[in-house]
Amino acid sequence: MMSASQEYAQAAGESLMKDAPVIDFDKFQPTRSMIARRKRKDVAMGALISVAFIVALIPLFSVLWTTIANGVKRLNLNFLSYNMSGVIGGQPTASGGYGGIQHAIIGTLEITFGALVISVPIGIMCSVFLIEYSRGGKFAKAIGLLVDVMSGVPSIVAGLFAFSMFTILVGPGTFNGFEGSVALSLLMIPTVVKSSEEMLKIVPNDLREASYALGVTKQRTITKIVLRTALPGIVSGVILAIARVVGETAPLLMTAGYISTTNVNLFSGQMTTLPVYVYQEYSKLKVACPAHASAACVTDIPMQRAWAAALVLIVIVLILNLIGRLVARVFAVKAER
Amino acid sequence: MFMMRGGSPEAQGGFPPDVISEGFEDMRKNLLVRSIAAVSGVAMLAALGACGNNEPASGSSNAAGKSASSAEKISGEFQGAGASSQQSAVEAWIASYQAQNPDAKISYNPSGSGAGVSTFLTGATAWAGSDASLSDDEVQQSSKVCASGTAFDVPVYISPIAIVFNLKGVSGKDKHLNLDGETIAKIFDGKITKWNDDAIKQQNPKVDLPDTAITVVHRSDKSGTTKNFLSYVKDVAPDNWSYDLSENWPNEVGQGAKGTDGVINTVSQADGTIGYADASKAGDLGTVAVKVGEKYVPYSAEAAAKVVDASPLDDTAKGDNRVVVKLDHATKADGAYPVVLVSYDVVCPTYKDANTAKFVKSWLTYVISEDGQQVAADNAGSAPMSDTLRAKVTKSIDAIETK
Amino acid sequence: MSSEKSTLDQPVGGKSADKIFKWIAFACGALILVVLAAVFLFLFFRAWPLIGGDQNANRATIESFTGGKAHNFWQYVGPLAFGTVLVAALALLIAFFVSVGIALFISQYAPKGLATALSMIVDLLAAIPSVIYGLWGGIVLVPAIYPFWNWVAKYLGWIPLFKGPAANPARTVATVAVVLAVMILPIITSMARDVYLQTPRLQQEAALALGATKWEMIKLAVLPFGKSGVVSASMLGLGRALGETMAVLMILSPGLHYSFKILQASQNQTIAANIAAQYPEANSLGVSTLIATGLVLFLITFIVNFIARKITQKVSA
Repeated sequence: MMSASQEYAQAAGESLMKDAPVIDFDKFQPTRSMIARRKRKDVAMGALISVAFIVALIPLFSVLWTTIANGVKRLNLNFLSYNMSGVIGGQPTASGGYGGIQHAIIGTLEITFGALVISVPIGIMCSVFLIEYSRGGKFAKAIGLLVDVMSGVPSIVAGLFAFSMFTILVGPGTFNGFEGSVALSLLMIPTVVKSSEEMLKIVPNDLREASYALGVTKQRTITKIVLRTALPGIVSGVILAIARVVGETAPLLMTAGYISTTNVNLFSGQMTTLPVYVYQEYSKLKVACPAHASAACVTDIPMQRAWAAALVLIVIVLILNLIGRLVARVFAVKAER
Repeated sequence: MFMMRGGSPEAQGGFPPDVISEGFEDMRKNLLVRSIAAVSGVAMLAALGACGNNEPASGSSNAAGKSASSAEKISGEFQGAGASSQQSAVEAWIASYQAQNPDAKISYNPSGSGAGVSTFLTGATAWAGSDASLSDDEVQQSSKVCASGTAFDVPVYISPIAIVFNLKGVSGKDKHLNLDGETIAKIFDGKITKWNDDAIKQQNPKVDLPDTAITVVHRSDKSGTTKNFLSYVKDVAPDNWSYDLSENWPNEVGQGAKGTDGVINTVSQADGTIGYADASKAGDLGTVAVKVGEKYVPYSAEAAAKVVDASPLDDTAKGDNRVVVKLDHATKADGAYPVVLVSYDVVCPTYKDANTAKFVKSWLTYVISEDGQQVAADNAGSAPMSDTLRAKVTKSIDAIETK
Repeated sequence: MSSEKSTLDQPVGGKSADKIFKWIAFACGALILVVLAAVFLFLFFRAWPLIGGDQNANRATIESFTGGKAHNFWQYVGPLAFGTVLVAALALLIAFFVSVGIALFISQYAPKGLATALSMIVDLLAAIPSVIYGLWGGIVLVPAIYPFWNWVAKYLGWIPLFKGPAANPARTVATVAVVLAVMILPIITSMARDVYLQTPRLQQEAALALGATKWEMIKLAVLPFGKSGVVSASMLGLGRALGETMAVLMILSPGLHYSFKILQASQNQTIAANIAAQYPEANSLGVSTLIATGLVLFLITFIVNFIARKITQKVSA
């Protein structure tokens, strides 16, 4: 903070530097106008920050409001419990609804779960390696850099990667949920590594030393003490990582495909996820109603479905977020050093 | 060996109690609860997977029921992929077809014509939807996928492309502006920049045209709609359209938007815009009545069907059984609307799997049947195929060997 | 439980387990390296036909993508890379100052209850999927923001960046930059806020005790302390903006120019949005071309992250 205080001194005495030779200490006394100027600046900056805050909140609330206002129209139990099979244009189905997102919810959950299974063990073990085994080592530094790079991999590149890998290894034209999981795990791993790394760092060293002193092996110390102590933080980090990938669209368009029926097999057949569903319904925009259709035929049903699905997606993401934060708070490591 | 057990009092002695004692017991319980939740969650998913399908609506089942052919019921899982333009129609077809064949599970991925054909050529899908007819290269490649012979394409979906515009005081639902091909070409090439240009005025003497700048809106993605629209422009106004024909928009005029939805949204968001899109999505926007012969014809399904009827088949298409329509955009046929998108289904004459062959044959037969075409017309605003064209397509479909 | 019992009986039973565990951890660390190499290699293999294949066919593919505007790969990817960086940089420029403002407001100005509520909202907004921002941007923001851009073009048009006439509807780089800024705003804010909250209390109080006003205290104690954290947060935001696909795809009217006219339509396009737009209709050579552009995007993010890391090290040193 040396530099900061120097800066302050400089700022305060700037006007005096010109007539430096004669030191007149009275001049250091702040003049009234100077105090007023500083006060004004303080108020102005405070106002500016508050304005920045309010201006920023307008679009953010607009996003939420638009989705909620448009989404609640079509959001009901029927929408959640049926898929899109047997839906013809804007006409109601036999159950009285207009098709739903049951298949997309299942697809989203399964694909995200697949990504979770791949990335959590790898991510946690990688952070164990970075913190417990080679803290500050050259190799660890290089890996740390690569994790940073990986966290910047654009989602569409992750999608292209999974697509290319499955094309080359499995065969061209492969579409399945697991391919989507692979793409998403590429995006999840760096987030998991980073959050676990932070959590392992704050595990007090006394714990490790005490364990070693008692003759416990390193592996047991890590699994039984370090990881357990850090568990809540890791869990909340993982949940936040899920919240981030659950809304990915572009990589899933080219890997998991799109179908209108429910597919529960992650490893075979295409799967629809919620963001892809939102995008596809938005792309349809409108349907035509036949001339002899009843009044129940809705022409802009795809847009209504898109908004309702978007709302469900937001709710899922928000719930995951809240769970993550709750886990972090309830089980937070209280031993602060 | 010393164990870290939260429950054992000895263990607690050596460690900060606040870290361990409350932590582990809760955590283990927590883990247990979580794993139970996960297991029950998966079980629930499986259970949900079983229901959730919509039973076919009564209205649609009789439409399909009428066409109930004497053929046996089809069962199994079949996949198609391709043109997104067909999506609404294919969804309606699948729903009606499954009402008739409840054991058939059909899915269609509207991934795009190019992706659809590529996927088909790997053998991963039973059929592909495509806005463009097959290239010679693709026909050759298909011999590797089909049990014998090469793949062929048949038209299944004919839809008028509307030239939509948004102009205060002029546009509105079912309101038309008269334009000939030359003027359309000039507008989309940026040579006519104002709505009250003489060329537009002369053709619309009764309309009060404002002095608004024209904003052209075109597709920003690769698209069969663009190619079909541009081939119309190029055919009727070759002098005013110098660009090569492509699925991408060639010039720098106006704005690009992704997909039909993007074009419609963009056009409706500002005054003075003009664009082109699948007619069923035109909604409240004004549309252009195109000059054919001496008359101006607004889009309609019937008018679109007429131009397809008046067009010859493309005999340069290499390969057996192919039915490729060579649209005659310069047609002078009475009441024909020449800006049309013809979308094809790509299939093999023989399949390695006999069941797939059976399905493809019955699927195509349904799709081009009068009922199938009517379902598409009702729900996707397409133009039903004429009997003459149907006869030609049926001949190709008959070539599919089901053994 | 029974397995634990058996290990209890063994006095020094963990030697081999210890080794295995260490190797697993090492392998997972090394896997990061392998995965990144795999990403590069698989993309490279799929992009190979473009580099090693028939150049005439490549030319035809690229000409069909651009409607004859570009003839070779570099002519094609150059403007795309330019557009990607331009859009992301503008988004960061907008989001950076606003984010710092919000973070300061939450950490320094807002009363505690309000601050907690606001933090939560910001965190939640950070997780809203990009497709929803795309929907909102394309349907709500584009018509709403046109009057503002029109005003900017009218009065600030002498600045080359704001050269008019403003496109209507405003499907321009400027609008996309605003949407991306809104998207990355919560990310930067939440990280910046965490850093600012960790500013040592003593330093803040010392500054105030010396007679500094609140703003002077922030300038002296809070901002310098949070510098490196805020830089790395903005780099994370920049990374997301560089790779954003859906929001750009659904809003921007694309063009292939090295152009700074951000208020006019059809000037620039980003790599990610271009892949998503062309991918569905591309044939196999087309897919190779797009994957090659993806590789370029990968390299750009690689370089940006590398630079960011160097900056963070320098600032924190």
